[in-house]
Parts: sequence; structure tokens; C-alpha cells
Amino acid sequence: MAKVLVVTSGKGGVGKTTSSAALGAALAHGGDKVVVIDFDVGLRNLDLVMGAERRVVFDLINVVQGDAKLSQALIRDKRLENLSLLPASQTRDKDALTEEGVAKVLNELREKFDWIICDSPAGIERGATMAMRHADVAVVVTNPEVSSVRDSDRIIGLLDSKTEKAEKGDRIEKHLLLTRYDPARAERGEMLKVDDVLEILSIPLIGIIPESEEVLRASNVGSPVTLNNPASAPGRAYFDAARRLKGESVELTIPSDKKSLLGKLFGRRAA
Amino acid sequence: MSLMSFFNRRTSAPVARERLQILLAHERGIVGGKPDLIAQLREEILAVVRRHVAVEHQNVQVKMNRDADISTLEIEVEIPGPTPVAAR
Repeated sequence: MAKVLVVTSGKGGVGKTTSSAALGAALAHGGDKVVVIDFDVGLRNLDLVMGAERRVVFDLINVVQGDAKLSQALIRDKRLENLSLLPASQTRDKDALTEEGVAKVLNELREKFDWIICDSPAGIERGATMAMRHADVAVVVTNPEVSSVRDSDRIIGLLDSKTEKAEKGDRIEKHLLLTRYDPARAERGEMLKVDDVLEILSIPLIGIIPESEEVLRASNVGSPVTLNNPASAPGRAYFDAARRLKGESVELTIPSDKKSLLGKLFGRRAA
Repeated sequence: MSLMSFFNRRTSAPVARERLQILLAHERGIVGGKPDLIAQLREEILAVVRRHVAVEHQNVQVKMNRDADISTLEIEVEIPGPTPVAAR
């Protein structure tokens, strides 16, 4: 049974695309068939983060409008054969995303994949509402920072009112993914703690991704962090989150990058 | 550059820089003089083929690879054979 998962946040820059790519790759690595869809029409970036930017031929809007077949627009990952990407259009208007068109594409994808991950654009406009509209599960990406928590609260409200499931009276499964977390700063009282965010948003936690240099390193080379460095702290944290998404019970820890003495001495000087 | 990365790995920023330069050259139309020339060529080539033969959507495979020195556009069109004479 295919699951449609939306990765959303309201606020921009908190890690939706990074998380969509990392979770998608982690789920695919475990053997599931996964497609990740970029809903950020006009400002696509999932292709770049996944390293497929040179291979984009057709996009989601071409498929919605019937100009291309779904099979022609799907880009298969070069590293994981059961991971695919459906890119957004860079040139079209986001009004081209019709509710019926998106529903049709998702229904077709449901037959071929186990997971359909919808990478939402920031904001609460059409792209974001279309990305969440048909979702079964939502991952709300939040930074331990006031504006991100506030926007997540707003998005949770939309998930409970504007999705197809909510309108039918069903509950959409919602999970919190806390990203860019720094346990040391939280301990020193300089950053909201996990429990603070959980208390405010009151949705269950699916994972904590520690702040890490590995995330930028992975996007630099166009590879999801779970593929580029699976043993890194964010890599392990995303793998754990992916297992929890599949219903496994995995003890919640905050992985950390082990640094050698030299690394500790010099690591922080990196520009 | 930290001592760690100096000894341990090839740095990733030069890769990021090169990827962006190639991508943006295509998006800005620096390559070929038009924004996304490759995409336009794809449309026009298919239009020409369609003028002569009826081509089903599913019988067309298009692959692109945009690179710094060379870009490739690979279009595979299955052209239907002669229609068999209908049985009487």
C-alpha cells in the first residue's frame, strides 16, 4: 500500500529539500520503491540536491498538462535504482498545478511506488497546499528557533483543515522532524530544547537531526546525506527517522559526529 | 581549510561551484544563446518527426545531459511499421 508523505514547514530554509532527499534515499536503501516529487514550481532545487540537475527532461507540470508521460518525466537515481525523482518546472507558473492534475499523477505513482514523498515549497500558497493536499502522512520540518516553530504551528493547522483526509473527517498522521539541533547549545540554554518544541507543537517526534557540516558537504556534491555519508551524524539520524516512518520502534537518540583530537582542535576553524 | 579536511578528503565546495556554473550557464542561456536550448531542440525535433509520422507519446524516449563542454540530447522515436492490411 503506497503512502503519500508530505515534507513541509511553512518557513523556508529549515531543511525540507535536504530532508526529502535524505529520507527518500534512506527508504530506498532499505528496499522500498520511492519517488520524491519537487512541488516548488519556478524555484526547483531537489534536482540539484539529488545531483540530477543535468538530466531533467520533462517535469511535473508537463505530466499534469499531458505533454509528457509520467515514465518520461521520472528520473531514476544513478546510485539507487529504486529511487526516482519527479522534478518541478523551472519556467511555468505554479497555477498550472491543478488539484485534479496532481491527484491523477499521484494515483498513477501509487501503483508503482511504496513511498511518494512530496517536497513542499515554503509558504502557504498553492504549491504548498498542493503538496499536502493528498498526503497520508506529514513530516513537519522545524528548527529550534522561534519563527520556525511558529510557522510549523500554522502548517499543522492547515494539515488538519485543508487536506483531503482532514476534509473527510480522517486524521492525517503528523510527525515532527527537528533539524539543525545543537544539543550543547540547548543544554547551555541558548537554544530551544527538544521538549520545549514538542510541548509547544504537541505532535510526535520522528527524529532529531543534529546541526552538521555533512549536510552542506552532501548538497555541494549533489548527493542525499544518507548516501553521501551514511555513517555521519545526520546520516544516521535520517536512517533512524526513516525506520520510524516504517513503523519500527527505534530508540530516540541524537547521533553525534565523532571527532578526533585534531578534528576538535581545528574543525571549528573551517570557513 | 581545516587540517582535518586537508588530510582527509577532497573538498566539496569546488564541486558545488562547478555544478552551479554549468547549470546556470544553461538556465541563463549562455550556452547556445537561448535559455534551455536543449529543451527547445527537443520540442522542435519531435514536431518535425510528427509532421511525417504519427508518433505515440510512449514510443518516445528522451535523454539529456547538460555538461560544460558538451551537451547531449538523445531522442529515440519508435516509428511504426507499415500498417498490416486489414483482414477481409
